Amino acid sequence: MSHFICLLKHELRVLFIAPSTYVTSVIFLLLMGFIYILILADFTLHPHNNLPTEYFFQLYWIPVFFIVPLLTMKSIAEERRIGTLETLMTTPVTVLEIVFSKFFAAYLFYCLLWMLTLTFPLLVTLTIGSSAMTVKLLDPATLLGGYTFIAISGLLFISIGIFSSSLTRSQLVAGMLCFSILFIIILGVPALRTQSIGWLEWMVGALEYFNNFNHLEDFSRGVIDTRHIVFYFSYSTLVLGISVLITESKV
Amino acid sequence: MLKQEHSIEVNNLTKYYGPVMAIHKVSFNVGKGEIVGFLGPNGAGKSTTMRILSGLITAKSGSAKICGIPIASSPDEIKKHIGYMAENNPLPEDMRVVEYLYYRGWLKEIPRNQLKARVEETLDLCDLNRTARRKVIANLSKGYRQRVGIADAILSEPEVIIMDEPTIGLDPHQVLMIRDLIKNLRGKMTVIISSHILSEVELYCDRVIIINQGHIVACGTSESLCKEFIKKTTYTLNLKGNTSDLDSLLKGVDPELEISSSLPDINKDYYDLELTTPNTYDLCEKILTRLYEHPKFRVREIRRKVPHLEDIFLAATRRSWNEDIPLPITKIDSRKKNNQKTVVVE
Repeated sequence: MSHFICLLKHELRVLFIAPSTYVTSVIFLLLMGFIYILILADFTLHPHNNLPTEYFFQLYWIPVFFIVPLLTMKSIAEERRIGTLETLMTTPVTVLEIVFSKFFAAYLFYCLLWMLTLTFPLLVTLTIGSSAMTVKLLDPATLLGGYTFIAISGLLFISIGIFSSSLTRSQLVAGMLCFSILFIIILGVPALRTQSIGWLEWMVGALEYFNNFNHLEDFSRGVIDTRHIVFYFSYSTLVLGISVLITESKV
Repeated sequence: MLKQEHSIEVNNLTKYYGPVMAIHKVSFNVGKGEIVGFLGPNGAGKSTTMRILSGLITAKSGSAKICGIPIASSPDEIKKHIGYMAENNPLPEDMRVVEYLYYRGWLKEIPRNQLKARVEETLDLCDLNRTARRKVIANLSKGYRQRVGIADAILSEPEVIIMDEPTIGLDPHQVLMIRDLIKNLRGKMTVIISSHILSEVELYCDRVIIINQGHIVACGTSESLCKEFIKKTTYTLNLKGNTSDLDSLLKGVDPELEISSSLPDINKDYYDLELTTPNTYDLCEKILTRLYEHPKFRVREIRRKVPHLEDIFLAATRRSWNEDIPLPITKIDSRKKNNQKTVVVE
């Protein structure tokens, strides 16, 4: 455990001193801010049944596609390329501790970035000051559900990034691989679901289960169902377990 | 309990990378506190052996022990007893030297109350405290990077230190410093060093192990290997005169003494000659006395060539090539029918 904490501190330090982390953060916040403004602008023009925050969380996949590869592509691939993974493994540290420290460092940073988006509704309510607006923008159930979904689904997305990074020595290949896998599991599965009337009918149940948007539905209404939590925990544990085996075998 | 005599015990270690043989039945022991040079041409299997010893990769067969602990069954345990400096010395670019050593100290489980003292001592030992203590590793010169790598290897005062090419790319001052540093470890820690700089290895190693084509071809002290591999004594002679009569003259000194080469000097009247004999006793004085008896020869220089590790290395590796090592490199490819053997040569 002491090794894990030491490695985690080191990984967080590496993340916080890297200029690329700040570039990623700025791009993320600009993009999410822009999306939030567009949603609010649309709400001022057209009537909607749902809250703006629900729409905001439904677009979670847009930043995930670029932020997860950027945060994770360097983690194992770069260490293996320059050889520091080898020297790390000559100390009494296990591969499990190495992979999990990299995973948690990226995951904590991912959660921190998303937490910063909480400032958007806060800034709007502070600026406008209307109580009706405050109720709609700062609806606790939607916010809690939405951020819980981000935190829980983040486990899977970051673990996929770590998995991609463990497969190769090239950061670029790791990033592209991560993007492709995320694209398949976030947008590919629902797309396949729409095509699954004919020959893919036997897969409907599985596709429904793996569809991230189905899991988001409950969360965005403020319902925190343990089934979704178990799904994301087990899925990410499996992916991280495979990453550990790959890292161990490829030293 | 039996007294632990060997820090490193390697017995019939074999490793294949797919069908390619890296090492075959490698066996050697390294005593406690000994400094051993591990030599071999490129691709001989040095790094593979060192990686197995450090628990990074596993061998196909054979056994290896560090401080009596089997590497195969306790790879995590042996990591507490070794300090490893990898080939090319990989270091994290964005850390400061002192931060890196503290980080490695934590990982190597140095007790918290001793860590500061250990880091300071190591910085002093490697001469990093004055100049490079707070420098970012990416901005360090090659020599300083090597020092950081060595500092990391000795930081936790491990019983066994494994260094893959520690003096590569260093200037003479730094080589001298590293040489003294390694010499200081004699008796305290067991050190195994792979290097291509044979003169260096000769200076600070108690013993050398020479590996070629995945086999140990020589193992022992420079003197014992010299006796085993260098069967001739060579003399260099620089003289003026007609060298055609010289052969018969030298036969009078030693019937087996032969002129192996004769080349004119830059100064045309003189010749550079190389004389060889299978006899080991010193003939310099006898040759000189004999030549003085004949005024037509004017001797300017005579010297008995002392064989260096380089000569032993060349002789040992050449012999292993000439002997055509019994192809342990043969591996039966089970996918092929008719019991055909696939011979794979590294």
